[in-house]
Amino acid sequence: MLKQVHFKSSALPYMLVAPQIIITLVFFMWPASQAVYQSLLVEDAFGMSSQFVWLDNFIELFEDDHYIKTFGRTLFFSAMVAMLSLSVSLVLAAMADRVIRGTGIYRTLLIWPYAVAPVVAGALWVFLFYPTTGIISTFLTSMGYEWNHQLKGNQAMALVVIAAAWKQISYNFLFFLAGMQAIPKSLIEAAAIDAASPAKRFWTIIFPLITPTTFFLLVVNIVYAFFETFGIIHVVTKGGPANATEILVFKVYNDGFVGLDLGGSAAQSVILMVLVIGMTIFQFKYIERKVEY
Amino acid sequence: MIENRPVSTAISHFVLLAGVAIVLFPIWITIVAASHDVARLLEVPLPLGLGDQFFENLKQVVGKGVEGSTPIGIMLFNSLVMALMIAFGKISISLLSAYAIVYFDFRFRMLFFWMIFITLMLPVEVRILPTYEVVAKLGMLDTYWGLTIPLIASATATFMFRQTFLSVPDELLEAARIDGAGPMQFFWDILLPVSRTSIAAMFVILFIYGWNQYLWPLLVTTDKNMMTIVMSIKNMMEALEETPKWHHIMMTALLAMIPPVLVVIGMQKLFVKGLTETEK
Repeated sequence: MLKQVHFKSSALPYMLVAPQIIITLVFFMWPASQAVYQSLLVEDAFGMSSQFVWLDNFIELFEDDHYIKTFGRTLFFSAMVAMLSLSVSLVLAAMADRVIRGTGIYRTLLIWPYAVAPVVAGALWVFLFYPTTGIISTFLTSMGYEWNHQLKGNQAMALVVIAAAWKQISYNFLFFLAGMQAIPKSLIEAAAIDAASPAKRFWTIIFPLITPTTFFLLVVNIVYAFFETFGIIHVVTKGGPANATEILVFKVYNDGFVGLDLGGSAAQSVILMVLVIGMTIFQFKYIERKVEY
Repeated sequence: MIENRPVSTAISHFVLLAGVAIVLFPIWITIVAASHDVARLLEVPLPLGLGDQFFENLKQVVGKGVEGSTPIGIMLFNSLVMALMIAFGKISISLLSAYAIVYFDFRFRMLFFWMIFITLMLPVEVRILPTYEVVAKLGMLDTYWGLTIPLIASATATFMFRQTFLSVPDELLEAARIDGAGPMQFFWDILLPVSRTSIAAMFVILFIYGWNQYLWPLLVTTDKNMMTIVMSIKNMMEALEETPKWHHIMMTALLAMIPPVLVVIGMQKLFVKGLTETEK
């Protein structure tokens, strides 16, 4: 942690950490403690008075069918996004790792979506699937599958999953490729001499050796789907139709800023904070267990 | 090369090309849609090739702006200011705090470290309402400060610089000391120059992060002149007409994605390095 050779204590290190600590206190500790405090209060409709209610907001949430459903929906959404995005990028990375020429070009072409903002990504996919004119939706309709994500909940869910997974492909691809390229070539060569086919080499050597990367990406993708897809959902479906695509972060926003239920929204924020902290700790535990080549 | 298998190599290339085609398809269609007029974009089936209205659309969107909305130039400027303030702000405060934590032995060092560490865990989305209230209380709504400073409070950059500093050989500091350099002189003249790749890599990631912000700017800005380009896409799609004006929306989407795409492609090596090294 600390350098062997270092400076003695003086006023200087305090001045150096001061900017970050002040920002952390004002924009992080203060709001986070506000959220915890507010989650224990109930305010009347006009914000005139508030009452301390202990854990009533939380109990109410977990007794609320709507919230439990949103929770389940969020889990489903993140599982789908993670699976779709991870499997596509794993295949592409395995292929890019195999070819000798062109790996760099493929990488350049595959990292574009990373730079596209979630809202913009959402807009592009809406255009492709727009019920009356979209390129893919009209194609599907002509094939006999009627597409209208503005009315059908499962199609709306499919569309936000596709848009969210698309954006995450670049990131996963880069990590998978870096993981595969870190495997010593001698291992693969030894297996090739023993006449193991490329597919067999992938499943018995490469895939097991990149397990840490896969776990890391799994957590990152779930965190991404939980928290960074607000823009996509806001522009593609607004949580609809009939809440079919409302996930937890969207509900925090909706209840707090649209519904003005401060206590309920704060309680949801607190639950989300506990979730992220749990996921981060889980992730750090896994990363410590590195595979030795 | 491990062995020569022309067929399986060909299959690999084929799969990769198909993957690239699928991944880039939405972006190609954006360019296509930005190059046709509104009538053509209502006629099914939609075109898959370029039209001839690209510069006409560009002129309309950039020159006249989109009906009733903020001029594109102002929005691009706001996005740029936001992205740069977040990138430079985060990099500066993180360099300083990482330097203090790695190179100084002082009281509460670990306490400060953990305070910074905990911010790593909570994206602004989960504490959105209370953070908004704090910013409102400080009178920072509709300002560049309110737009950027709350997003600067995060630990990613501090962690990356901590890693970088830990890998700097101790002999550098010893040598600098013998030559009589003080702590700040060592920081400026030696530590910063040897860390420049990490700094540049962090810049790429943070620039994109800042440029693509959506929820936070949506909440803290109500003044039209503070709108960012990314926010305008949503507004345009919600315009009251029955069908959105796709040729303008797609042109704006294109303008919104060009700067971050250029940064990623142009600084690809740094970007990949920054990404894979921060997170591990």
